Amino acid sequence: MTTDQKLSWTRIRALVRKEVNDFRRNRFIATTMAVLPLLFMIEPVISVFKLPADAPAGKLDALVGVSTLELMLIPALIPAVVASYAVVGEREQGTLEPVLTTPIRPAEFLLGKALAAFLPTVVIAYVMYGVFLGAVGLFAHPNIAHDIFEPSRVLTQLLFTPVVAGWAIWAAIAISTRTSDVRVAQQLGSLASLPPVAVIALIGFDVIQPSVGLAVGLGAGLLVIDLIAWRLVAAMFHRERLVTGARA
Amino acid sequence: MTVESDSAATRTRAVPTGPAIVVDGLTKRFGQRTAFADVTFSVDYGEVFGFLGPNGAGKTTTVRTLGTLLAPSAGTATVAGLPLTEANGVAIRSRIAVMPEQPGLYLRLSVAENLDFFAGLYELDDRRGRIERALRAVNLLDRADDPCRSLSKGLRQRVGLARALLSDPQILFLDEPTSGLDPLAARDVHDLVDGLRRRGVTIFLTTHRLAEAEALCDRVGIMNTTLRTIGRPDELRERLFAKTLQVATAAPLADPDRVLVGLPGVEGWHASEQGYVLAVTDPDLAAPAVARAVIGAGADLLALTPSRHSLEDVYLQLIDEDVEAQAR
Ligand SMILES: Nc1ncnc2c1ncn2[C@@H]1O[C@H](COP(=O)(O)OP(=O)(O)OP(=O)(O)O)[C@@H](O)[C@H]1O
Ligand SMILES: [Mg+2]
Repeated sequence: MTTDQKLSWTRIRALVRKEVNDFRRNRFIATTMAVLPLLFMIEPVISVFKLPADAPAGKLDALVGVSTLELMLIPALIPAVVASYAVVGEREQGTLEPVLTTPIRPAEFLLGKALAAFLPTVVIAYVMYGVFLGAVGLFAHPNIAHDIFEPSRVLTQLLFTPVVAGWAIWAAIAISTRTSDVRVAQQLGSLASLPPVAVIALIGFDVIQPSVGLAVGLGAGLLVIDLIAWRLVAAMFHRERLVTGARA
Repeated sequence: MTVESDSAATRTRAVPTGPAIVVDGLTKRFGQRTAFADVTFSVDYGEVFGFLGPNGAGKTTTVRTLGTLLAPSAGTATVAGLPLTEANGVAIRSRIAVMPEQPGLYLRLSVAENLDFFAGLYELDDRRGRIERALRAVNLLDRADDPCRSLSKGLRQRVGLARALLSDPQILFLDEPTSGLDPLAARDVHDLVDGLRRRGVTIFLTTHRLAEAEALCDRVGIMNTTLRTIGRPDELRERLFAKTLQVATAAPLADPDRVLVGLPGVEGWHASEQGYVLAVTDPDLAAPAVARAVIGAGADLLALTPSRHSLEDVYLQLIDEDVEAQAR
């Protein structure tokens, strides 16, 4: 692997800027980024409001679990849709070849693609979580709000949002370098983004007891996996195969 | 189209020494299929080199290989002074620019945004100035803010060219820059290439248009999986075709042997429909002598024409040989 040379942030920045400009004008991606998060935020808000204040503890726990889960689908699924475009999309448009004839390195190309998906995803996911918390804090019964505002839960959500997004992005990009069809990449990407969400589900449903230590530990673990994933995907990035479209 | 003549664009590029491209025994296979084999040639700095060949001859694959997109299966090459190896990929790519067969623009982005992205990928300074100069060179300055989606095929091709000019490359690879363009648009591209040539830019150009190669290129290589021949267009014509002089007379000569044999520069003759075809060593030497002899023999001379073979004749001759060889 020759990815150890210094990365050029000029190139990475140029790529991120291009991607964001392109996303904004890509109706499919723009709609996904706008609508999908709203769905996954509004649904939990409605369920919280429908829950009677004297609901049994079990029911409350289940609700909190589902809400956490739905909110976590935002960082998991947006990248799957957006980052799946990363390589196949460029190839389908015929833009990959000219890009690869510039001095850009695979690690730079992939990091740029990942950041371009990561930044909007995390911003959107935090905003949605913030709106959810705001709605709960203002309008939900204090009992319910107390449970949802529990520090370890909030911390889990805050920590896991970026690492789940990171995971989903690398999975989607890895798939994107290997498939020849955008739609297939998106479907596989959505599936591949789910395993970390399952872990969070277990925490949400109190199968795994939430605690600050656990959240930090799991978050750190996923972060390491994200970094390894970047290097792995960069190593998988095979200029020749990408240009010729041949399968591995 | 005009090529920038202000000081910035014509600033003396440090003309590198040595050849721009050296290719030695280069071969590329895709599994069982050989795209090109054992290709050897070199291109000097400042030269416009034309790469001709029928569909599937391996032109694009050669460009992609020299542009470090594909790894050669065998052989060696030096591009812009650097050995063609994976480790040199980034350095080579920063010295060259490639315009692929399809321009490959981001259709949702504007012309300027497309160029700005690539200026960033080349880590160029003064991006605005460079973009402006590149767009002016291809006469597209007024379309800078239009989305590429709204451009016609010919205009997109020009954006591709502007993009390739951004980084002031030492070597410019153009893969069929005029394919699918109308004659006027093609002429614009020709003018541009000509202007770049005068600026000393090294250009490696693939094309199907033989007249184009003949008009633009200092040297051409004719390719059909292997490199069939290489040289200046006029050299190739001479090498492949015997020089002849056509003599048309009002009536057949009474004794052609007595009139034609032994004249300076004439090596032999045979009768043709219009008169006679003479094999000559030098038409300029033979023509006056033939004219005097024919008139001296009392015949009415209608025309005296030296053979004209175009690059197209050379090309068709070579490729036909290949087709026949395959049929055997
Ligand atoms: N990725 C690939 N996988 C397998 N074979 C390939 C691949 N790319 C090119 N080839 C084969 O290599 C040969 C040369 O193709 P290439 O595209 O270089 O030809 P070309 O001279 O550019 O043709 P054209 O004039 O049609 O553009 C062809 O037989 C082609 O089918
Ligand atoms: Mg081609």
